[in-house]
Amino acid sequence: MADQVLDAKGLNCPLPILKAKKALKSLEGGNTLEVHSTDPGSVADFAAFCRTTGNELVEQNEENGVWTYLIRKA
Amino acid sequence: MSNVAEINTPQPNPGVDPNTMSIIVTKGSLDWAYPPFILSTTAAAMGLDVTMFFTFYGLPLLMKDMSLQVSSLGNTAMKMPMMGMHMGMPNIVSAIPGVDAMASKMMKNLIKKKGVASIPELRELAVEADVRLIACQMTLDLFEYSKDDMIEGVEIGGAATYIEVATKSHINLFI
Repeated sequence: MADQVLDAKGLNCPLPILKAKKALKSLEGGNTLEVHSTDPGSVADFAAFCRTTGNELVEQNEENGVWTYLIRKA
Repeated sequence: MSNVAEINTPQPNPGVDPNTMSIIVTKGSLDWAYPPFILSTTAAAMGLDVTMFFTFYGLPLLMKDMSLQVSSLGNTAMKMPMMGMHMGMPNIVSAIPGVDAMASKMMKNLIKKKGVASIPELRELAVEADVRLIACQMTLDLFEYSKDDMIEGVEIGGAATYIEVATKSHINLFI
């Protein structure tokens, strides 16, 4: 179970990333954020975001057009 | 003697923090306002220090009252999804008074419908993320604007101010 869940469904680039960044800000290092997005571009973007910021993309999956990302704050 | 591979390998500028970016913003129509604000907010979210320099028609993007419009006049690539197809507008129609306002309204509806952020929303996120906003003094003079017309937190500067920022930025964009 993630420490925080962010519903970014229906939002388009770059809002899922910007909202995820905001949510991560309020988390302690090592805690996790779960993001839900319907933006197909978010697949490449969350990977790039995590590589650049050092936060860990623990897992991702897709179901019925909704992508779920689990991110652990660095 | 260096070989070609060595010459072509990009080298980071010594002393320049790779996590820095500057953008010169020169266009202020509803469509062209997006690239600079999307990139600045995203870069800031990814941990970069970002500076935006607003000059000429980019300057209105710093105004308290933004009434952004898009024009299909001379914009052959602008095709709006309508009635199941993509429709462009002939220049002669685009030039009719009121057509720009109509196109702008359509674009704003589309933006809302597709979950795309509004420009005021993105600008607010940029301010929140401590993106440095510099207004071009010469443009202020030229078009007779004052600092009071602009949102809080805007700095005033000129070409030298920007160049100093650019020498310290790893990524420098002109939009």
